[in-house]
Amino acid sequence: MNLNLTLVGQAISFAIFVTFCMKYVWPPVIQALRERQEKIAQGLADAEKGAQRREEAEAEIETMLQDARAQAAEIVAQAQKQRNEMIDKAAGEATAKQEQIAAKAMADLDREVVGARENLRKQVGSLAVDGARRILGGEVNEASHGQVIDDLIKQI
Amino acid sequence: MASTSATGGTTSTEYIKHHLQNLTFGYHPENGLSIAHGAQEASDMGFWAIHLDSMFWSITLGLFFIWLFKKAADRVTAGVPGGLQNFVEMIVEFVDTNVRDTFHGKSEVVAPLGLTVFVWIFLMNLMDLVPVDFIPRAAEESGIPYMKIVPTTDINVTLGMSISVFLLMIYFSVKVKGGMGFLKELTLQPFSSGNVLVQALLVPVNLLLEGISLLAKPVSLGLRLFGNMYAGELIFILIALLPFYAQWALSVPWAIFHILVITLQAFIFMMLTIVYMSMAHEHH
Repeated sequence: MNLNLTLVGQAISFAIFVTFCMKYVWPPVIQALRERQEKIAQGLADAEKGAQRREEAEAEIETMLQDARAQAAEIVAQAQKQRNEMIDKAAGEATAKQEQIAAKAMADLDREVVGARENLRKQVGSLAVDGARRILGGEVNEASHGQVIDDLIKQI
Repeated sequence: MASTSATGGTTSTEYIKHHLQNLTFGYHPENGLSIAHGAQEASDMGFWAIHLDSMFWSITLGLFFIWLFKKAADRVTAGVPGGLQNFVEMIVEFVDTNVRDTFHGKSEVVAPLGLTVFVWIFLMNLMDLVPVDFIPRAAEESGIPYMKIVPTTDINVTLGMSISVFLLMIYFSVKVKGGMGFLKELTLQPFSSGNVLVQALLVPVNLLLEGISLLAKPVSLGLRLFGNMYAGELIFILIALLPFYAQWALSVPWAIFHILVITLQAFIFMMLTIVYMSMAHEHH
């Protein structure tokens, strides 16, 4: 239990170890710790920012979807309207054409009927003249009796 | 009562004495430069002797500390730490937190000082858990008569450290507050008076009180560690006197309890060192 030089020796080695620790051990380790702390803080902040950005993007997507949906509905409605218009127009045109065709056919028919009737009348006239000639034996001259025949024809 | 674990043919008293004797090298008035045999010869050598075992173990453990932490510091990275770095960082962070909580000045010395104190003292205390006979017996076989392997059970070692801390306290006190500031701190409190005459009377009283409280710090710091470790070691030695088949029943619980003690003592020494540094840096 004697106090002796060991005390001084211990003090000297203590001083050396503390100095060494102060110069070569403490600074790099504590610096790495600080750096890692900073990194982690940075990482957490980044994650927070990322989450926020994702939320924003999601909201944006939602609005864009809604816009798109509205636009699609509008387009569909417009298309429907256009289709209806086109159908109506086509139907109108078809009806007009049909009427036109029908009218033309009617007119043709009328004309033909008139032609046929005329023709028929003529034929009946000539038939009648023919018949009369045969009965009268050539006394009927077409030229001299033309007036009569025509009158007859008209009466048919 | 001589047990099987005691050196052959010695009594318990001799066994205990042998275990508490440092390997002292110095100049003996009769034997000249030699290693002391027995406490009497060691004390005859006076101040100019050295405990080779204490110095050897404390420096070896100090070098181990420096080597281990330097190794970690060389490979340190701010990325994912490896096993050793993790371990070292844990201790560094622990010390750093304590320093930050207690010491509010700005100093590059205090934190590394705390780290060195904590780890080194912990390692020296840890030697207490090595069974008391292992190394002394091995040393005896190789011709070394005494071998105390726990440096902190040597009062020279603990006082050597506490006095170093004390000198640092004085140094920082003078550096931060100036010589006059430090002197004022010692003489103008705790009692002060507006009257110059009364104040002059109070100065010696203050000096006495503050002087004692200042000197008590290194003494208590060193003696606390020494006392705890010495007592613990002594109990291990006493347990070693039991028959070998019964020793475990006491030595195991005591060793487990001692794990707490050695850590706690290292921690207390570190904390007080930081507190004293803090006091030296702050104006009262």
